[in-house]
Parts: sequence; C-alpha cells; structure tokens
Amino acid sequence: MRKTLLESFTHGSLTEPAPAPDGSALAELAAKVDRAAQARLGRSLAIREVDAGSCNGCELEIHALSNAFYDIERFGLHFVASPRHADVLLVTGPVTKNMRQALERTYHATPDPKWVVAVGGCAIDGGIFRGSYACVGGVSEAVPVDLHIKGCPPSPTDLLKGLLALLEHVSAKR
Amino acid sequence: MSILDSIPHVTAEVQHRPWPRAVVTEAGWQAAIDRLVEGGLTLLGFWGEPTAVHMAMLDGGSAEIAVVTYECLAGTFPSVASRHPPALRLERTIHDLFGLVPAVADDLRPDLRPWLDHYVWGKSYPLSGRDASRDVRPYQFLPAEGEALHQVAVGPVHAGIIEPGHFRFTANGEHVVRLEQWLGYTHKGIESLMQGASLEVAAKLANRTSGDSAAAYAFAFACAVEAALQIVAPRQASLLRALMAELERLANHFGDIGAICNDASFALMHAQTGILRERCLRAANDAFGHRLMMDVIVPGGVSRNIAPDGVAAIQVLLAEIRKVFPRLIELYDNTASLQDRTVTTGIVKAEYARQFGAGGYVGRASDRDFDARQAIAYAPYNALSFEVPVLQAGDVNARVWIRIREVEQSVALIEQILQRLGPGGLETALPPRIGRGACEGMALIEAFRGDVLVWLRLDGELRVERCHLRDASWFQWPLLETAIEGNIIADFPICNKSFNCSYSGVDL
Repeated sequence: MRKTLLESFTHGSLTEPAPAPDGSALAELAAKVDRAAQARLGRSLAIREVDAGSCNGCELEIHALSNAFYDIERFGLHFVASPRHADVLLVTGPVTKNMRQALERTYHATPDPKWVVAVGGCAIDGGIFRGSYACVGGVSEAVPVDLHIKGCPPSPTDLLKGLLALLEHVSAKR
Repeated sequence: MSILDSIPHVTAEVQHRPWPRAVVTEAGWQAAIDRLVEGGLTLLGFWGEPTAVHMAMLDGGSAEIAVVTYECLAGTFPSVASRHPPALRLERTIHDLFGLVPAVADDLRPDLRPWLDHYVWGKSYPLSGRDASRDVRPYQFLPAEGEALHQVAVGPVHAGIIEPGHFRFTANGEHVVRLEQWLGYTHKGIESLMQGASLEVAAKLANRTSGDSAAAYAFAFACAVEAALQIVAPRQASLLRALMAELERLANHFGDIGAICNDASFALMHAQTGILRERCLRAANDAFGHRLMMDVIVPGGVSRNIAPDGVAAIQVLLAEIRKVFPRLIELYDNTASLQDRTVTTGIVKAEYARQFGAGGYVGRASDRDFDARQAIAYAPYNALSFEVPVLQAGDVNARVWIRIREVEQSVALIEQILQRLGPGGLETALPPRIGRGACEGMALIEAFRGDVLVWLRLDGELRVERCHLRDASWFQWPLLETAIEGNIIADFPICNKSFNCSYSGVDL
C-alpha cells in the first residue's frame, strides 16, 4: 500500500490540467466551472442523482465525474445521498411510469431553491423508448426541468459543460 | 442423446437456429420440468408470446441447448415455477405481460403477485393483444414472523448513483432474517418496442437494454439475427466484436473491484481502479468512437473498423494494466481490514448456483464452471485460448477473485485478438427480404456479469416480430436474497456490489 500511495505523490496529478489559455477543452471548462461556482454558490452545489428508468449508461458516466481525471469535487460540486441535502436533481431515463411517483416524491423532498437537470437522450423526450406504454417520455413531463444535457450517454466532459450551463441558469434565476 | 430425445414433442421447428425448438404437449412440458427439477438440465430462459410460452434449456455436460414451446390454447400453461423456483420471476413476468396463467397442482397456489406491473401502465397485460384488466391489490411481501423482528424498506431511490429497485429487509437486531426484492421500476417496455421494429432500431434497443453491457447485448442480438438469416459475420468483424466485449469486461470488472472495496471504506482501491476503468473507456473511444461502444456491433458485422490509432491506444492500455494491476491485486490480498469484510461474507451455496444456473462471477465463484465463451465456443473464441477461473468459496472475496482472474484473461485475449486483426470485410450483407416467411434465431453471449440470451423471430421483411432478451441477472438476483441471510444489514451494500446485478436488464 505504501508504494502505491507514495507513487501517487511522486507521479503528480492525473486530474486534467488546471486552467491554461490554450489547454484542452476539459481544462478550459474546468476553469469556467470553478470561477462560476466560486462566485455564485460559494463553491458548493449538492447534487442528488435519480435514475428514472435509464439503461444505466448515464449512471456510468456520472460516476466517472468522480474519478481522478474529472475530479468533480474540486469545483465544489458533490453528490449527496438524500434529496433533502440536495440543490440539484440530476435525472436520467425516459421516466418509466413505474418510477414516476418516486421521481415526483424525490422532487418534493428536495428543499427550495432547487434545480432539475435532465441527463441523456431519453430524459429529453423518451428517446428511443418514446411511445412505449411503460414510459412517460421525458423528465419535463413529470417535474419542471431547468436544463437538458444531451448525449447517449453524455460523456463526463459533456456533463461538466452542462453543469456550467446550469450555473449560468442559476445566476439568471436569482 | 439430445435434449429433445427425452422429451415427447409434436414437431421440431425447422426454422429455428442454431438450436432446435419443438412444440410439446402437456406431457412433454412436464417432462422438461422434470429434467430441470432433477438437475439434468438448466433453465436458460423462459418467455411468452400472446398464445404460447417457450422454455430454453441447457445440458451443462454437452453444452447442448433446446427450446420447448407449449401452446396455451386455454390461456394457461402448466406452471414451471411451482416445481422449479428459478422460473418464478420469469413466470410472473409472463403473466404480467401476456396475461397467461400458470396452472398448478390442486394443493398449491400459483404466485400471481405482479412483478413488472405496478398498476400504473394504464393497461393490463400489455403484450397480450387484448383488452383485459386485472384486479389491483396492494403488493404483499412474503411474511416473516417472530418476536423482535422488524422491517427495513429501502428504495426504489437509493443513496448512491445506482439503478432503482426496492429491497424489503426483515431483521432481528442487525441480522437479516429475510430479504425480498421487488423490481420492475425501470420497465421501459423494450419487448413491445421491439415488435415490428426494423433491425436498425431493434439493435439500438438491444444496445440500451443494460448500458454497462451494450457491446455484449449488441453482440448477442447480432448473432441471433445472423443465426436466423443463416449468415456469418466476416472474420475481422468477429474479432472486433470480441475486442469490444473484452474491453467492456475489463472496464466493468475494474469498476466493480473498486466499488466493492469502496463499500468496505477502502477508497484507495476505488481511486486506482477508477483510473484503470477510465483508461479503458478512453481507449474504447479512441478505437471505436464511443466510450461504451454503443451501436458499433450490428447484424451482419460491425458498423466501423477500428480507428487507425486504435490498436496503439489499446496497447498502451494493456501496458498500463500490466504495470499497475498486479500491485493492486497484492494490495487487495494483503489488506487485512479489507479481507475482514469480504471473506465469508455473503456466501452463495454451490447447490443454488447450480440449481439457478447462475452465470458470470456469481456462478463461477460458487463452483459453477459455465462460461458461454468456452461452452458454446462462438466465434472468435473458438480460435482463441483462455481459461475460465472457478472457485468454491462463494463469498464476496471469491467474486472479487473471479473478476481479478478474468481481468488477466481478458488482457491475454485482447493481445491475441490484436495479433490476428488485419484487413478484411466488416459486414456480411443481409438479404433485403426473405420470401419464405418467418425465421427464428437465438444466441448466448458472455457479458461481463454472465450469459445474455437473445431469442427472436423475424418476418419476411426482416422486421422483428418478437424478441426476448434475457440478462444473466434473472438467475443471480434471487441468489442475493439467499446470500444476505444471516449477514448484518450493514454488509448488504458490499454483498450487493459483489453481485452488481442489472436492474434495467431484467426490468426490460
């Protein structure tokens, strides 16, 4: 264990580089999210993820946001275990009818002010599952949505871009 | 002796490939159940149509497969589940979707509690093709009685970033007396969307049955279509399919090993395997243009070749895994606090693994040595060499070790595949239509969590008439209920993660 830990110190950070004028798209994005979060939310935005019937592809990429490459917590964005602790609901899936009530209850359990981000193609309008007897067809059919993040599934970079857009939205709303 | 020799049947369906399908009478159906109960055959799948039920069975010894069909002329069929418990959830699903009623012996009552149907679809029996409604009754969990017992209800919305489902624990103090799962929350109606879909749309649906197994599902769907149409994907396409399947296995196994350790509060492993998982996804993106490799495997072959720098990207990945992973294995093996949580926790008895035909690491950690890549030996695995690790302990630790060994095997497989890649066709053309009417195909492909079965019938215009997708989790979820018994509630997350069953894959 010591060797692994020591190497982590000596090898430097895997986290995609800090803001640089001509850095990668992710690095630029990282800088923007960081500044915006600092200015408007005091570096803290609590996110509760709700799977409303996704294929779990979106969940995999949302998970990836916490790995060493994206390290979402450096922006003050963090995932919480209960809607009662959350500022943002990150909702995936075409909203199956079997999940509709649970989603609505989760929404109502989230304190105001709150924002809902619909993640993935299905969350926009049901996507490939649209028209099924078992799907409501889009998160906005069930709860008010502030922002959609496209992609099937959206990459972690797309997700970060979306969260930046959310911060812009939040500031406009205030 | 083939499977159907011992089961009285009316006629063998000739348009069913690569394994036979036969229509049976009640005597034949009961004979088939007899074979399942005796353990001579393993239940591989059980699905419905508006007026028939089908059961796929595997002879573990010879790896032979056959499908028997019972025509439900009176809207009923002899219950399988009342004699063979592994069929229970599938039987309840058949009732929910098609309204067919399992008939049982007089002294038993069929379990007709809904499974997928939570009474909110706006209709009952959605695939039955008729208007009918069922009585709405509050869902009854199985009773557990005793002084000092209490219930803990968990879900459908869970604390982590995972799929939704409901777990009802009955506990005595900290110890779990009974766990009962109730799923169906992510039921999207995939099988109904499949009906009448073009192959293109149907393949996309197959890719999104369980997103973590997109490549495996696409692989299975493509093989089933090819079996039905009697065509074969080109060699290069077949190699690329296996390459994607193994990359997917690596990414998921890394994710799981880390997540299991994380549930024992050992975050270092989670961070390290998270890096390896991300590297896998990035290599997949470099090679195939999509991190989860969705929609690359298509009926007939693959929709694109590996990118020019894809081979190099994967070689870099393999070098990194070879450098880092052995040290992580050592770390896992030498950390007593971690072993304390995983060893002897959540034991799946070998007899249950056998009875349920549990696939993947759940089965192989409990002495069931089935791996479709080896048993069925579909292309290109028939030309590749690899081992199937098997352990007997059946605990969380054994399921971690199976994954560790499979990572090593997948690395070796990818090396072999890269050596064999070359120029060559990517797609075998599908016939524009088949004049002779419907044809049926089936495939069994090893996804990271176990074998995925796809069965389908195509019409003369190559549209999907009926398609059933059976995830490995059908036969693993019930074993989680047995594994947690006698463990403490606090160990449920680590047990659950060591199974990592799919919700979307079984809710469909």
